[in-house]
Amino acid sequence: MGKKTEQVEEVVIRFAGDSGDGMQLTGGRFTETTAILGNDLSTLPDFPAEIRAPAGSLAGVSAFQIKFSSKDIHTPGDKPDVLVAMNPAALKVHQQDINPGGTIICNSNAFTPKNLKFAGYETNPLEDKTLDDYYTLYSIEMSKMVSLANEDLEISSKIIDRTKNFFALGLLFWIYDRPLESTKKWLGVKFAKKPEIVEANIRALDAGYNYGETTEIFTTRYKVDKADLPAGTYRNVVGNYALSMGLAAAAERSKLGLFYGGYPITPASDILHTLSAWKHLGIKTFQAEDEIAGITSVLGAAFTGDLGITATSGPGIALKGEAMGLAVMAELPIVIINVQRGGPSTGLPTKTEQSDLMQAMYGRNGEAPVPVLASATPGDCFFAAYEACRIAVKYMTPVVLLTDGYLANGSEPWQVPKVADLPDFDVTFADESNLADGQFLSYSRDKKTLARPWAIPGTPGLEHRIGGIETEDLTGNVSYDPDNHHYMVETRAKKVATIVNEIEPTKIFGSKSGDLLILSWGGTKGACRSATEALKAEGKKVGHLHLRWINPFPKDLGEKLIKFKNILIPEINHGQLIKLIRAEFLVDAQGLNQVRGKPITSADIQEASNKLIG
Amino acid sequence: MPETVKTYTKKDFTSDQSVRWCPGCGDYAILAQTQKVFPDLGVNKEKFVFISGIGCSSRFPYYMNTYGFHTIHGRAPAIASGVKLANPDLSVWVVTGDGDGLSIGGNHTIHLLRRNLNINVMLFNNRIYGLTKGQYSPTSEVGKITKSTPMGSLDRPFNPLTVALGSGATFVSRTIDKETKHMQSMIKRSHDHKGTSFMEIYQNCNIFNDGAFLAQTDRDQKAETVLILENGQPMLFGNEKNKGVRLDGNKPVIVDIGDKWSVDDVLVHDESDYVIASLLSNMSYQTDFPDPIGVLYAVESETYEETMVAQINEAIKKKPKGSIQEIINSGDTWVVK
Repeated sequence: MGKKTEQVEEVVIRFAGDSGDGMQLTGGRFTETTAILGNDLSTLPDFPAEIRAPAGSLAGVSAFQIKFSSKDIHTPGDKPDVLVAMNPAALKVHQQDINPGGTIICNSNAFTPKNLKFAGYETNPLEDKTLDDYYTLYSIEMSKMVSLANEDLEISSKIIDRTKNFFALGLLFWIYDRPLESTKKWLGVKFAKKPEIVEANIRALDAGYNYGETTEIFTTRYKVDKADLPAGTYRNVVGNYALSMGLAAAAERSKLGLFYGGYPITPASDILHTLSAWKHLGIKTFQAEDEIAGITSVLGAAFTGDLGITATSGPGIALKGEAMGLAVMAELPIVIINVQRGGPSTGLPTKTEQSDLMQAMYGRNGEAPVPVLASATPGDCFFAAYEACRIAVKYMTPVVLLTDGYLANGSEPWQVPKVADLPDFDVTFADESNLADGQFLSYSRDKKTLARPWAIPGTPGLEHRIGGIETEDLTGNVSYDPDNHHYMVETRAKKVATIVNEIEPTKIFGSKSGDLLILSWGGTKGACRSATEALKAEGKKVGHLHLRWINPFPKDLGEKLIKFKNILIPEINHGQLIKLIRAEFLVDAQGLNQVRGKPITSADIQEASNKLIG
Repeated sequence: MPETVKTYTKKDFTSDQSVRWCPGCGDYAILAQTQKVFPDLGVNKEKFVFISGIGCSSRFPYYMNTYGFHTIHGRAPAIASGVKLANPDLSVWVVTGDGDGLSIGGNHTIHLLRRNLNINVMLFNNRIYGLTKGQYSPTSEVGKITKSTPMGSLDRPFNPLTVALGSGATFVSRTIDKETKHMQSMIKRSHDHKGTSFMEIYQNCNIFNDGAFLAQTDRDQKAETVLILENGQPMLFGNEKNKGVRLDGNKPVIVDIGDKWSVDDVLVHDESDYVIASLLSNMSYQTDFPDPIGVLYAVESETYEETMVAQINEAIKKKPKGSIQEIINSGDTWVVK
């Protein structure tokens, strides 16, 4: 009997296994291949903080979820249709998330008495029929299969066993009708120096694919058509990588040197790694002795005329707070990136959260206003980073850019932008023409932006001193004068408020007035958009407004808010944007707050919306 | 083409700000010597940058008519590192104190020293917290009675020079606020050294720790209490230069030059010898030994910024300096029509 092909609109797959099973890599390859086929997609890696928790333990389970579709999608999916579980612990952790009627594919060789016990199973779920009522279960001897496929190779059985993830990948490629070529090519490059590893993995991949093709177990293949995306050239992009490219683009367009100072911290370290590999672009990276030296070295570089960047996560921002205050006082352009993770304290280092918004807004001593913006999607990290740099330099101010663990490690198809098409980014350093009667006024200001001149060491005639003590207007000298302090506090606030002129008028998706406005910031954009689409399809008068800038808020935000009877603010925190919105606009906004270390689902947002508007 | 160096006088390095240290503070002397020496360093004024943290000493940049940045407590070495890496052509000076540089900023100090950026550190050591009005510092002697230690301080002091040597410093020296000529020569040596130079300056706080270095500065005592180091010269001190440092095995001892010991028995200073520098650095806080001043240690080593620039140039050589657009366009791409 031939195999039939069924057309589906979208699929959510979750790959789960032990930390050592290569699930992130498997998910990554599936993503790249799916991207090339032109589906829209969104991914969500979910891995433990422990590098290698004990093999087979619940704590050591690592997962990667991908949603791909023939339609425009905004999230990595709420519940998977397919779970690939490489061991009992992976099944145990993820089983409850699967859509009823979904598919479970397991490596049955890993369901040993020892592993079952470790995962807390009293009986083997692959044999005790407990899954059968709810799911389609495929129990496959993956380890045995790769061992047979590679038995004539002269490599250890341990290494051969590690290729089982490629068996699973090959099988999924068959089920969803994806080609193997790009993965084979990738293996060849990745293990160029170990041809036997390339061979073993390719055989495992082929074995998985052929298993689907030849055995009677699988009768149906699924086809997901290309998504109807705007015309252009696309690639898949991960958030932290997009962000790094945005920084480099800012350096290139501004013709400034890029100085990155930072200290390794999850989930921000990839920005340091990425920029460190781009030395041929002249980028300077400095792994500092701690978070404080990370930002202060950047401040020194900014004083000297480089584009100064530091990236960290919440605990690092806590340490950088004093230096951020100095940047406010010294009015130097630096960009501070917070890739938010679960808090407080060490919290959930590898999980996502949006709980550092108040820290970004207010986490400094004194009146220390800082512009704050946030990326909305992995690909948007590029544009947000560029924008943060441009504003920092134009207004001579530190800028905080918020992303989060989900955006940082998640990926999506990305229309490749042209650096030349990005907004203008011109920089002029002060020179002798800035002297007034032979005197350099380091705290004189541009009338439009209120920025002070950027006079860098090495410029003759402009020798001047700056510092963290209150500065006198114009001269920049130390001043304890009460009126001057009052004036300078107001001026620094006014300067940040002036950035409102850079912000585009807000766009509402869906209804422009009506029963409910869903208001979002950061990485929850996709889920809010999906929920709005679903609610609209139900005929509800719902709009979605997403904020890129949180400080300042867009000029027209207030007038937009009052056009709705209800406002719902979904956030992965205990209610932070909602406090700012209520304080600023005196509206009775409602929150949807979840802090589970995971993205909020569109289903949850729909449910909360329906509760509000009935 | 080498640029022309302008000629300067002390006045060119004096800013228009009135100096606000307490009358009689040792900082005045340090400022005066710096302003005096700088015209002779052969560097155009706009290339000097002074970076400081917090503390009395950290007000220093306001009084130098150069580029300057008075920053936050303890962080000057990290800020200075950013300045130097952004423009290696600048002459960067860190002014710090025993609290700023060894307590709250100790971490940055040791890491600057181990990286060996070409930055000059002047650490004013007055063995007390002056700006916060008189608490003991990490260089205060054990049992120090202060406002925060009414029954005497408990912790053993840091020895700044030992810390510097242990951090891998390539240049370690000491001078004293009252020894103006000596200080001038030390400032010059600091400037001439390629790599991080660490200069401890014994500095009297006449308000909260007056006379901390009386033994080393008093006309009648100092010949007996201070050992002036000169490279290649025997380590002699005393009113008649009649005392010397001799190695007894691996232990330094003080000997009288006369019947039993001659100058030939005395240890000869060698700035490139780490063991000698280490012995000398540990003589402070020991009543039987004089305090050495001068250059304890000076060796040449590649600077951080040299290797950083070399790596960038190497990367550009391998992959001609391109545009970020190439990276943006790279990877597996597909076209939607």
